[in-house]
Amino acid sequence: MTDTGMLRFHVPEPEVRPGGAPDFSNVPIPRAGSVPRPEIDVDPREIRDLAFSIIRVLNRAGEAVGPWAGLLSDEELLEGLRHMMTLRAFDARMQMAQRQGKTSFYMQHLGEEAVSCAFRKALAPGDMNFPTYRQAGLLIAGGYPMVTMMNQIYSNEADPLKGRQLPIMYSSKEHGFFSISGNLATQYIQAVGWAMASAISGDNRIAVGWIGDGSTAESDFHAALVFASTYKAPVVLNVVNNQWAISTFQGIARGGSGTFAARGLGFGIPALRVDGNDYLAVHAVAKWAIERARRNLGPTLIEHVTYRAGAHSTSDDPSAYRPKAESDAWPLGDPVIRLKNHLIRLGVWSEERHAQAEAEILDTVIAAQKQAEEHGTLHSGNKPSTRDMFEGVYEQMPPHLRRQRQQAGV
Amino acid sequence: MARKTMIEAIRDAMDVSMGRDERVIVFGEDVGFFGGVFRCTAGLQAKYGKSRCFDAPINESGIVGAAIGMAAYGLRPCVEVQFADYVYPGYDQIVSEAARLRYRSNGDFTCPIVVRMPSGGGIFGGQTHSQSPEALFTHVSGLKVVVPSNPRDAKGLLIAAIEDPDPVIFFEPKRLYNGPFDGHHKRPVTPWSKHELGEVPDGHYTVPLGKAAIRREGSDVTVLAYGTMVYVAEAAAAETGIDAEIIDLRTLLPLDLDAIVASVSKTGRCVVVHEATQTSGFGAELATLVQENCFYHLEAPIARVAGWDTPYPHAQEWDYFPGPARVGRALVETMEA
Repeated sequence: MTDTGMLRFHVPEPEVRPGGAPDFSNVPIPRAGSVPRPEIDVDPREIRDLAFSIIRVLNRAGEAVGPWAGLLSDEELLEGLRHMMTLRAFDARMQMAQRQGKTSFYMQHLGEEAVSCAFRKALAPGDMNFPTYRQAGLLIAGGYPMVTMMNQIYSNEADPLKGRQLPIMYSSKEHGFFSISGNLATQYIQAVGWAMASAISGDNRIAVGWIGDGSTAESDFHAALVFASTYKAPVVLNVVNNQWAISTFQGIARGGSGTFAARGLGFGIPALRVDGNDYLAVHAVAKWAIERARRNLGPTLIEHVTYRAGAHSTSDDPSAYRPKAESDAWPLGDPVIRLKNHLIRLGVWSEERHAQAEAEILDTVIAAQKQAEEHGTLHSGNKPSTRDMFEGVYEQMPPHLRRQRQQAGV
Repeated sequence: MARKTMIEAIRDAMDVSMGRDERVIVFGEDVGFFGGVFRCTAGLQAKYGKSRCFDAPINESGIVGAAIGMAAYGLRPCVEVQFADYVYPGYDQIVSEAARLRYRSNGDFTCPIVVRMPSGGGIFGGQTHSQSPEALFTHVSGLKVVVPSNPRDAKGLLIAAIEDPDPVIFFEPKRLYNGPFDGHHKRPVTPWSKHELGEVPDGHYTVPLGKAAIRREGSDVTVLAYGTMVYVAEAAAAETGIDAEIIDLRTLLPLDLDAIVASVSKTGRCVVVHEATQTSGFGAELATLVQENCFYHLEAPIARVAGWDTPYPHAQEWDYFPGPARVGRALVETMEA
């Protein structure tokens, strides 16, 4: 009756598992400077190939090359390096604080610092990010006080969120940082809604959505793309592809599509892939997409190709599902080292100054930590009150909650 | 018979079911190679292959929807949602599809699926890793809802759920995974290896859906509890010296009303406890049933102890969690009423 044979079930697998030798030979890395920079009002149909390449600026020799280079001054680059180093030092201290029992949970950015730090510098005041849990660079590079971030992580008496939210789920309207919910992908479509509101209101502010490779599988990701496409919303939609969703490699979310950026094409949304470990490239691509949005040219999808060098969170141990040395083999290198080498090449930086800056930054982070710990940590010192727990469920506390608060004796 | 943690018992239930019935398929986020973030499916992919146990994309609607499609084909999927707090994207598939498939097709299609998920607080998981949303499922006609409180029951109930012809929502109180937590969070937890209910029979057995268990016999007051709150109630009874009869409901739907009525008719008093928020919680259903069925036996108003009606907070976890002090106070007040 049929000669098609038996059906077989297909489950994608990563190239290598623990015990094997890391292998990224399947990840094509185009030469830095080789991808053209289209005009801002380009017809999306003409740049479909950008969804399958990788825009890179810094080459192996530490030079900034090609049409996406040349946007940042030496001072801006030095500031960018400082932001990334600060985020890295901040992460290291907070990771340690979690291990010391000063908080319940932490998530670090190791290897992904360029993505949020560089993107932040391309935004204008008033723009709104809808971040995930791995974009604290938006706050660090945006001048948000580290002490306040730590107060939130410690859930102490000075925590602006009153101890209600998990560590690192920051919120600051003033700094263009929407409250992180902790659920996945839910906020991608909210970014589009915020952008639609800005357009409805004749404003000039734009919104930025953030999502990880794994979470693009959620239905809300697709909801965001169709709304953004239909209403030409002034939004930049970022996919941070760090290769791993806890233990699940990116192929499970990507499926048969070549790249995550390619998801935008079916919606008619221009889609770019960028070297997420290249501060200059991330910044240049962000600038391009943000300008498109602000000029009423509609949404852009950006896939940041990077690698999660650390664990997913303090509850995760990656050695159970990927080779230990995999991050060393990642072909796009380390964002801090790459920018450092570029600045040395420019003659405005040196190994000595780098080591000195590292020490200064660590001192600053430790000083902030001391200040935060004076307000308490999760299990010691001053805490948000039990009363705070009942506040803020509604603007006006309904009678049943008032009764419950009385029962609780607070 | 070996002593097992609740994680091992749940894994054993899936292992036994997969070994007996090749229609049983297990999948979910991080479930395949890694074996789940709580390790409940560790080793199943290696043993049964990638077609029987595999990683799913992060899409709870997809996980439940695919399971429904597989069930329609004739398989028996047992899927994991990583935390109960993440089930909501799959809620439409559960409520509008899984729960009604048998009814609307008049049995032409059925939906023998199990949706497992860790629930409850006590791990400083904040509002996205602590919720107890069981009442959102008991309110839906066509679903069965199970909440085990120990390894022995967890294995038998999960096998029964997998073999059940209808969709079952299977909550795993995560604070019980490694031991019977009684709410005294500053004390070390007894591991299951030191608890008699950590003894898990080998091989196949079931604990029937719809049968409660009496965890402590008593004559003063009936406590209706499930999951973690069973141990909190035990601690409260011990600390107040009140001779409480503690009923572990084990399944909320179908509910063992006979066991409830028999106990409350005997004691004349009833305290209902759960960790989930109070308003419209499952405790409201229990209190109503007791009132309808035992009114003339009651010597005191039925008391409820539940989570406060706020989102689950992070820092104030132990102010929120209805621990032994609050349950004990309700026992005393019910005795004095």
